[in-house]
Amino acid sequence: MLKLENISKNFGEFSLKNVNLEVKKGEYFVLLGASGAGKSIILEVIAGLMKAESGKIFLNEQEISKLKIQQRKVGLVFQDYAIFPHKSVFQNIAYSLNKLSKSEAEKIVHSLAQEMNILHLLQRKADTLSGGEKQRVAIARTLARKPDILLLDEPLSALDAQLKSELRKLLRRINKQGQTILHVTHDYDEAIALADKIAIMQKGTVVQDGDIKEVFQNPRSHFVANFIGISNYYDAEICKIKKRGIKIARINDKVSFRLETPEKEGTKGKVFVKTESVFVFKEHIESSARNNFSGKIIDILPVKSGIELWIDVGVKISALITLETLEKFGFVENENVWISFKATAVQFVADEEC
Amino acid sequence: MNRFFELSLVFFSGLVLLFILAPLLGMVLEVSMPDLLQSAKDPEVQDSIVITLLTAFGATLFFSIAAIPFAYLLAKKTFPLKNLINGIIDIPIVIPHTAAGIAILTVISRNSALGKLSESLGFEIIGTPVAISIAMAFVSIPFVINSARDGFAAVPERLEKAALNLGASPMRVFFTISIPLASKSIISGLVMMFARGMSEFGAVVIVAYHPMIAPVLIYERFGAYGLKYALPASVLFIVISLFFFILLRIFSKKK
Repeated sequence: MLKLENISKNFGEFSLKNVNLEVKKGEYFVLLGASGAGKSIILEVIAGLMKAESGKIFLNEQEISKLKIQQRKVGLVFQDYAIFPHKSVFQNIAYSLNKLSKSEAEKIVHSLAQEMNILHLLQRKADTLSGGEKQRVAIARTLARKPDILLLDEPLSALDAQLKSELRKLLRRINKQGQTILHVTHDYDEAIALADKIAIMQKGTVVQDGDIKEVFQNPRSHFVANFIGISNYYDAEICKIKKRGIKIARINDKVSFRLETPEKEGTKGKVFVKTESVFVFKEHIESSARNNFSGKIIDILPVKSGIELWIDVGVKISALITLETLEKFGFVENENVWISFKATAVQFVADEEC
Repeated sequence: MNRFFELSLVFFSGLVLLFILAPLLGMVLEVSMPDLLQSAKDPEVQDSIVITLLTAFGATLFFSIAAIPFAYLLAKKTFPLKNLINGIIDIPIVIPHTAAGIAILTVISRNSALGKLSESLGFEIIGTPVAISIAMAFVSIPFVINSARDGFAAVPERLEKAALNLGASPMRVFFTISIPLASKSIISGLVMMFARGMSEFGAVVIVAYHPMIAPVLIYERFGAYGLKYALPASVLFIVISLFFFILLRIFSKKK
């Protein structure tokens, strides 16, 4: 469907470097990255608003890199919506339908407006709409042209939580009806909620892409791990405890994690543990968890989903607890505590062989 | 202190307003109603006002067809010598208008290429309403170009790109997005061009003494018969000019 081959463009301080992407027909593809990673530029390059210095873009096996904006059948929904302020909602949606008869255009506009739940707004002047309404009008207007692929630039970033959830449902529905979507965002929750496939961008390059589960379960770099909210992420090597045949991932001389993995001894890779899988105790308690360490609390950080306790056990490990737990146990900095997590909570991703 | 500053502002503003209005009011008060009515009935005066309005209107309409796309080009595209071209546009404003008239004369006189061409086609430019319109347009076209250029420059490029992304041709984008969004500035430029063209004397008198436009008629009456004779026609023309100017301003504000 859409294929980007080695797209590069230099902006001086920032550059896109050999971006390769492939979006298949009907897929919901999310391009995830921090602000300034180059995500929006990719969309502009695909839509032809900006020209790449090298590389090729294919849409349905046909090269479109040299085509003018108006000749590419890609529909871009701008981050600031780019609604035509001097036209009514109806005229905005019908803008690309000028070659159809009036009745045909009306039919299409009405059906899209119904789908987007903006039928009641059709006669309104576009500059009187709220942000959420403008967003729906912008999507309807873009869909009216029946683009081969819908490009969404941070479509949910300016909306409040309620509208976000409604729009997510809407986008899913559009995708279920067969519309291929390439959606750019910096919000990892948004990616989880919507994507079939994702690509993660960092400083103008795609650092990892693939099936959403695969990427989130096997982050291949510290950046990806951090970005998707995994704090406990370390370089490690698989070793065996000879006597019992149990495998461990050796992080450094002091710290090794016990884990379940089919990887062979000597395999190098990354090991990670989700913060919510780490339990904190005032003293050592016997349990079924095979990984138990003692260490000192070095930091207590409030985060979106609770409190992160950072404990130095030879490596820095973060445990996610609730405010209630913090108050109940009265954890303080420099306090010695025990942490534990199950061997099954430890995941290992082997480094890719070159 | 603040009070003193505010009072100073009001005082200076009042002075400037008085400076503009006092001569006009003085002139109006000088003229008696019967004189004014007689002047209004004078076919020479009537003809001159009609021809002034028509030529100014024609000049605005005809020349803006080219001036508006030119303003769009200046606002949206980058090309070599753009600053120089922006400067050239203002030349008609800064040169003496009689000199502008002489310059136009060299282009449309019987000896010029354009003059010869029109002569071979069986008509003459000098001394016709066409010459008047050309002279009016020459001195007033900077107003529409500058105003429209600023208007086009203020149209967000994203909206034009969004329209292209919806499959519109650049020409459709120009007519359906750029022009409507810049329309306020364009109309205000057109009104200024019309008003400036209508009031032109220096350049017009060089290329066409006859048919006589109102400013030329006023000048002729003043030269031949003196102030008293020129006053009623002046007042009448000012009233009509203001009427059209205000009408167009109201129309453009509504837009």
